[in-house]
Amino acid sequence: MLNVETPAVQGPRFGVGRNRASNLVRNYGPAAVLVLIAIAVWEASIRILDVPSYLWPAPSVIVQSMAEDTDVLRSATWVTLKEVLIGFAIAIAAGLLVGIVLHVSRTIRRAVYPILIASQSIPTVVLAPVLVLLMGFGIGPKLVVIALFTFFPIVVNTVDGLGSVDRDYIRMMLTLDASRWSIFRRVEFPAALPLVFSGIRIGATYAAIGAVFGEWAGSDAGLGYEMLQAQGRLDTPQVFSAVILVTLIAVCLFAFVSFVERLAIPWAHGDGTAGGKAME
Amino acid sequence: MVSLTPAGAQSRVPRISYIRTPEGRHLDSHAAVATDKENERVTSDIVIGGVRHRFGDVLALEATDLTIPAHERLAIVGPSGCGKSTLLFAIAGLLEPTEGTIQIGADRTARGRLRHCALMPQKDLLLPWRSALDNAALALENRGVSKQEARSRAQPLFERFGLGEFESHSPAQLSGGMRQRVAFLRTLMADKEILLLDEPFAALDSITRAQMQEWLLGALGSVPRTVVLVTHDVDEALLLTHKIIVLSARPGRIMVTLDTNFPTNLPRREIVTSPEFANLKQQALEALEC
Repeated sequence: MLNVETPAVQGPRFGVGRNRASNLVRNYGPAAVLVLIAIAVWEASIRILDVPSYLWPAPSVIVQSMAEDTDVLRSATWVTLKEVLIGFAIAIAAGLLVGIVLHVSRTIRRAVYPILIASQSIPTVVLAPVLVLLMGFGIGPKLVVIALFTFFPIVVNTVDGLGSVDRDYIRMMLTLDASRWSIFRRVEFPAALPLVFSGIRIGATYAAIGAVFGEWAGSDAGLGYEMLQAQGRLDTPQVFSAVILVTLIAVCLFAFVSFVERLAIPWAHGDGTAGGKAME
Repeated sequence: MVSLTPAGAQSRVPRISYIRTPEGRHLDSHAAVATDKENERVTSDIVIGGVRHRFGDVLALEATDLTIPAHERLAIVGPSGCGKSTLLFAIAGLLEPTEGTIQIGADRTARGRLRHCALMPQKDLLLPWRSALDNAALALENRGVSKQEARSRAQPLFERFGLGEFESHSPAQLSGGMRQRVAFLRTLMADKEILLLDEPFAALDSITRAQMQEWLLGALGSVPRTVVLVTHDVDEALLLTHKIIVLSARPGRIMVTLDTNFPTNLPRREIVTSPEFANLKQQALEALEC
C-alpha cells in the first residue's frame, strides 16, 4: 500500500564514483563523439583540398593560433565574460521583477504586455550603435544589449509560470487563511520556478551573442572586438578562436544555470529525493 | 485535540464527555486529549436560505433551504454536475450564490464564512516542494506562526493519525491514500469548526477508499467538527455521516433527506451488510434515479 521509493543502496566510494562517471559518459558521450568526428572530418578535408588558412583554417591551425595569442584571448575572454555575467544578472533581476508586477496587477499587465511583445520585433542589433552613441564605448551599452537579448524569455516565462497555478490550489489556500502575499510566496512563486528557470536557460544561450553584438557596435576590448580586429588582418584562425571562446562562455553559463536549477527545485526533476512534475 | 495552544494549565480535566459518540475505535485512547480550546470552540449552525446559483445562463443549484446544526455530519449526494460542489464552495465562502443567503453564526458574507470553514478537496493538492509535515502545517504558517513552531504543532497529529514515519517524505514519495491523509491533516490543522470534504476519496481505488473511510471515521470521532461531505458514493455517505441529502440532476434540488447514524463501534463490514444499511441505500438510490 505504501508506495515509498526505497533509496538506492549506497555502494562503496569507488562504486559511486564509477557510477557518476558512467552517467557522464551516457549523458555527454554521444555529443562528444559527434564533435570529435566533425573535427576529424574538418581537419582531413582542409588538408586534402589544401584550403588556405585565411579562408577556412583547420582545427589544428586554430589551436596553434590560440596557443600563440593566449594573453590577448585571455584578457578578451575576461572582458566579455564580465559583460555577460553582469548583463545577464541585470536581465534576471529585471525579468523577475517585471514578471511579478505584470502578474500581480491585471491593469498593468493589460497595458504593458502587448507593448512588451511588440518590442521584441525591434532588432536589438540595430539598437546597439544607437546605444553606443548614447552611452559611449564603455561596458554600459553591452550590458543593455545583453539584458535586452535575454530579458524577454525570462519575463514571459515568469508571467506564464505565475499564472499557471491551478485555481484549486488558490481555493485550498484561501480556506487555510492565506493572504494574497501568502499565496504568492507559498504557492504561486514556487510553482512558477520550473518555467522561470527554463526562461533563464534560454536567456543564457543568448547572453554571449548579445555581448558580441554589443562589442561590434563599438568597443576597444573583448572577444567581439578581437573578432573584428582579426577579420581586418585576415587572421581567420583568430576569428575562429574567438568564436570558440564565445561558444564556451554560452555553454558554461547554460550548464551553470542548469546546475543551480537542480539545487533550487529538486522536486521538479524526480531525482530520488522528490519526484514528479509540479501541479499536475 | 488540535488545540493549538500549549495545553492550558487551567482545567486539564479531560472532558471525554465532549466526544458525543464513542466512535474512533482506533483512537479511543487519544480521546482524552481534547483540551480546553477544543471545548471552547465557537460552534455555529449553518443556515442556508433560498440559495440558487447560476453560472451564466446555466442554473446550477435550485432554491435550497437547509440548516446544518453544529457538530452534525451531513452528506450531500447527487449525480455529477448537480451543483453539490457549488453548494459546498458557497458554504465555504469561496463563492457567493446568485440568490439567497448562507449564514454561519453571525457571518453572512463569503469572507466571513471563509473564517469558519476548511475545505478538503478531491485532489490532495499537496505542494510538491514541501514535505508532508510542512504541507500539513500550511494553515499555521499562513497565520504567521514560524515554520519551526508550525512543524512542532503539526507533529503530534502525524503520530496520532499513523503518519509518524512519513513526516519528512515528499508528497511524491507517498501513496494516494497517504497523500489524502496528509491533506486531511492539513485541513484539520486549519483549526476551523466546519470541515467541508469535497469527494475526498474519489480518486482512490476501492480498497484504499474503504480503508480511508474507516480511518476518517476514527479521526472524526476524536476531533468532533461539523462536517459537510460531498460525494456520489452512497455507501460512503451512509457510513461517514449522520444525515444525507440527495440532490437531483441539474439544477440540483433536495430530493430526500435520510437520517443514518449507525452505531460506529461496529466494524464497517457489519454495517455495510446490515438490513438497515440496505434499506437506506435503497431509498437513496431511488431518490437518485428519479
